Amino acid sequence: MAAEPPVIVGTGPAGTRAAETLVRAGLRPIVIDEAPASGGQIYRRQPPGFTRADTEVYGFEADKATRLHRAFDGLADRIDYRPNTLVWSIRPDRMHLLRGGRVNELAFSHAIFATGAMDRVIPFPSWTLPGVFTLGGAQVALKYQGCAIGRRVVFLGTGPLLYLVAYQYARAGARVVAVLDTAPFAGKLAALPALLARPGMAAKGMFYLGWLRSRGVTVASGIRPVGVEGTDAVAGLVWRDDAGREHRTDCDAIALGFGLKAETQLADLAEVPFTWDNLQRQWLPERDGWGRTPVGGIYLAGDGAGILGADAAELTGERAALALLQDRGPGDHGQRVAAINAELDRHRRFRAGLEAAFPFPDDLARSTADDTILCRCEGVSAGELRRAASELGAGEVNRAKAFSRVGMGRCQGRVCGPAAAEILAAALGVPIEQAGRLRGQAPVKPLPMAAVLDTTQ
Amino acid sequence: MSGQFQRLAETNRPRLAITIDGEPAEALAGDTVLTALLAHTRRVRIAEFGGEPRAGFCLMGACQDCWVGLADGRRLRACTSFAEAGMALETTGMTLRGR
Repeated sequence: MAAEPPVIVGTGPAGTRAAETLVRAGLRPIVIDEAPASGGQIYRRQPPGFTRADTEVYGFEADKATRLHRAFDGLADRIDYRPNTLVWSIRPDRMHLLRGGRVNELAFSHAIFATGAMDRVIPFPSWTLPGVFTLGGAQVALKYQGCAIGRRVVFLGTGPLLYLVAYQYARAGARVVAVLDTAPFAGKLAALPALLARPGMAAKGMFYLGWLRSRGVTVASGIRPVGVEGTDAVAGLVWRDDAGREHRTDCDAIALGFGLKAETQLADLAEVPFTWDNLQRQWLPERDGWGRTPVGGIYLAGDGAGILGADAAELTGERAALALLQDRGPGDHGQRVAAINAELDRHRRFRAGLEAAFPFPDDLARSTADDTILCRCEGVSAGELRRAASELGAGEVNRAKAFSRVGMGRCQGRVCGPAAAEILAAALGVPIEQAGRLRGQAPVKPLPMAAVLDTTQ
Repeated sequence: MSGQFQRLAETNRPRLAITIDGEPAEALAGDTVLTALLAHTRRVRIAEFGGEPRAGFCLMGACQDCWVGLADGRRLRACTSFAEAGMALETTGMTLRGR
């Protein structure tokens, strides 16, 4: 295989450290990113003309953000950086790109996918109303646009981000009405020993919680959402506390998230095999202890290869670059990779603690009411998916998608996929992994018709 | 109607004149189209299948729920496109004619 310049997709913590490592070895990688500036979602940069200091935008993580941005900017003349560029298809010898409304091809031999993650959500009645946004989206609004998603905001779901973003909102002057966590409080206590694998992170979590409580924000654990109220937009949230009592909270916006899910579409198109990960309760692309996939020349790093967080992403970014260098030779990077893996063990123990403290409430997904919209792209209800199983004989998610169109819309199941798999598994009475995995398809995101016409005429 | 989004910071940016459903409106340089819309309204588009209003969801280019029409016939993903002076954004569909 000809040694083309290696390609890195993504410029978050993983992509940045991967690029830095390749440059240090004397290579000039092609670095592709959908965003106009580096940083990924976690360290997303403000648009030009914004003036807030990093400490205001990133809080406790400001130093990390500044360091990562500087590291990337320092590579400027030693990488072939292509921002605003989408990789929309992968073939064995080339990638298909979209930039500035035009498509083109890029021949490649080695690639590192550092494609990150997005929020995992669970539908509930009227969750498609304007005013309900993902938790990550709520954070983007603040970091990237200086806006709150509403004037009275409820944070709903589970995971460490719930408390972090609520804190960031309150600090920035937004009115946080409530933080409603589906995870029971007892589980958090039980998870404490594992969470102490990273005492600093655990302490920050406690600080956010205490800070919110001390300012009179309603914080509740073990809750269940009942439904959103409102006709044309969010007007309130009905929920049940851990004793089963129903509450109505006045609000005009809801930030919703139940942990993160890896963005794995490119690995999928590259025909990397996937395995079911019981801890993270999602399908993840196979990779070895270096970040190598079974597909020659394809490496994975960061949360796109399984959720381990931003600090671990810096490590796995470096590791994937070292794996690539090892395979292209000469040189042996085994010692550094062993050190990285020893460090990653701590992150894995911490992750196990987080999963115990903030478990994905699969029971909530499985009990989605028949008339609740499941697929927001195509407006398909949970009941229609159940009928694909019970009446049409769909035995797994791809067949169910063909029958019901759940997962067939513009987002390709990014949003509805996790809940759809839970609902289908329950309807079929099989373990979740037997409900199958939604296959990705090119283009991984919608392409403007004009982009393709321009090059074919 | 007040907007969905509340501006908390960075309000000292140059003003851009746009229109939303034919009505003049003001955006700030560096606003995404989504921000420009939701600073004024609580709707970005009408869902094709159910006819109900939508206002985006993920804000990071993944969910594809914020594709909005322009008067010139183009469509943009509002959360990953920047507002430009003179943009004529259309959040309505045929279902809202006369409403």
